[in-house]
Amino acid sequence: MNARPLVAGLVLTALVVASLGIGAAQIGPGAAAGNGWTALVLMESRLPRTLAVLLTGAALAVAGVVIQSLVRNRFVGPDTAGTGESAALGLLGITLLAPASPIWIKMIVASLAAMAGTALFLAIVRRLPVREVMLVPIAGLILSGIIGSVVTWIAWEADLLQFVGTWLMSGEFSGVIAGRYELLWIAGAAAVLAWFAADRFAILSLGDQVATGLGLSTRGVMRLGMVVVSVVSALVVTTVGMIPFVGLVVPNIVARILGDNLRASIPVVAAGGAGLLLACDLIGRIVRHPYEIPVGVILGIIGSVIFLWLLYRPVAHG
Amino acid sequence: MIRINGLSHHIGAAPILHDIDLTLPRGKLVALIGPNGAGKSTLLRLVARLEPVQQGRIEIDGLDLSTTPTERLALAMAVMGQQTHIASRLRVAELVGFGRWPHHHGRPRPADRAAVRQALAAFDLEPLAHRFLDEVSGGQAQRAHLAMTFAQGTDWLLLDEPLNNLDMAHSRTLMARLADLVRGSGRSVVTVVHEVNYAAAWADHIVAMKDGRIVAEGPPETVLTEPVLSALYDTPIEVSRHDDRPLVLHHHWHDQLGSPFPKAADAPSHLLH
Ligand SMILES: Nc1ncnc2c1ncn2[C@@H]1O[C@H](COP(=O)(O)OP(=O)(O)O)[C@@H](O)[C@H]1O
Ligand SMILES: [Mg+2]
Repeated sequence: MNARPLVAGLVLTALVVASLGIGAAQIGPGAAAGNGWTALVLMESRLPRTLAVLLTGAALAVAGVVIQSLVRNRFVGPDTAGTGESAALGLLGITLLAPASPIWIKMIVASLAAMAGTALFLAIVRRLPVREVMLVPIAGLILSGIIGSVVTWIAWEADLLQFVGTWLMSGEFSGVIAGRYELLWIAGAAAVLAWFAADRFAILSLGDQVATGLGLSTRGVMRLGMVVVSVVSALVVTTVGMIPFVGLVVPNIVARILGDNLRASIPVVAAGGAGLLLACDLIGRIVRHPYEIPVGVILGIIGSVIFLWLLYRPVAHG
Repeated sequence: MIRINGLSHHIGAAPILHDIDLTLPRGKLVALIGPNGAGKSTLLRLVARLEPVQQGRIEIDGLDLSTTPTERLALAMAVMGQQTHIASRLRVAELVGFGRWPHHHGRPRPADRAAVRQALAAFDLEPLAHRFLDEVSGGQAQRAHLAMTFAQGTDWLLLDEPLNNLDMAHSRTLMARLADLVRGSGRSVVTVVHEVNYAAAWADHIVAMKDGRIVAEGPPETVLTEPVLSALYDTPIEVSRHDDRPLVLHHHWHDQLGSPFPKAADAPSHLLH
């Protein structure tokens, strides 16, 4: 039991080392110090890429925990709640209306749009019969589909399809270099914020009655959760594109093992998300070396296998 | 003291509660009885601020429900609703631990840990403390939920049919524990009881509801009588005595079991209305 964190830490460290070492350019261990070109590759490309993957994986997985506790349903993730598409819609809107606005304005607009999309999703979910567990993810997929097609249609009309494609297509990290990923730190900060409020989200998952009985203002917690999910989704979608499955499967696997005591489980969820995404990114870099397969494609395959296993796994006892 | 004045409630156009005035005494075990759909749960949910008051006023120990912050009320009353199913995958001890959350908001102190241990012990949950809620029986989960409510350590305890999933032994233990809480530590309990004999045996004060109104109120001796109960449940009911308390014989009526059983010779006709 106590060896688990140690093993997990070692695996994550090994992944990081591998990620720093593997790429089109060969970098041997210990080469960084002496060689200037190697150091440049490391600092300008490999390190930013590795950090971007870690931040994205961790933040998306934590956002998954949050949205699952907001809707009290394990079969949703930040990528199946219409949040990412709404962010893309917001970004497209600001790009059309005020193309010259600075990047931080664009991010705020994207986040606000993502929040509106998430709010719409929550409002729909509240009207669904509680027992129909599968209606919630279906509603999310339909909403994502509708908003996604609105984005595509507007982009088509405005001749911005290529621009939009990078957000809605499966995400990838090959374009990440220093100076082009730093906004993801904000997504990481949002995940940390969720950890501070972990008890509140855990209590919210107990149901409105219990939460109110314990004196928790459920509306305040809902709002905080929406901010976390929206900021994470908006920043991830606009920096690296849609990353599927991380926010769905990682919280599920961790809940199987550790349960829903979020204060204890959120750090594990974050590490798991970071590790899974980094592993998939590495696979994408290795399989057709020196070419790359986008991490979203790898995740689509691995994630759906894990998800099917979660759906059909034998019921656990004890 | 809980004071309820002019409380009415509607769901859609349907009236559920009609202009209720009621005072629930402090330091008593109060049982709320009445047929299905009488409005017991609704009344309890309104008092517990689980639903907003539409019309009327509720005050608990001088705190007006409409103006007191919900965190403050969580220190005055703990509530367990009728639907206790929890979908979260929590360990029993973790759920009970959340009962202390109103006191520490995330930073439990030794006193909080002691209260959790006590609550676990009080409900025989120590052997199950590290089991997940979805891996224990319905009755055990219900006891975990009750233990969480106990751990909250409030002056008032509001419970909606807490005996629902409990077996005989645990039902009796729970009622004894509630009575003990009232007589030993001066706390106040309001509980909806489905099986009137638990009210007969343990309650200090009984409130009978029907069709959204209070129809009778008082000590068991005055409420648990044949005329009151028969009218309350619209069915003839006989009341006997056991250990100097009323014992309600409601399980069958004499001639329903067929010929080998004697007809009640003198079934009072006014009960059959
Ligand atoms: N969501 C609802 N919509 C319409 N009527 C309801 C709803 N919930 C409860 N009721 C009605 O309110 C009345 C009181 O219900 P309740 O307080 O649960 O009764 P009790 O707890 O005494 O069995 C019942 O007649 C019930 O049918
Ligand atoms: Mg009820």
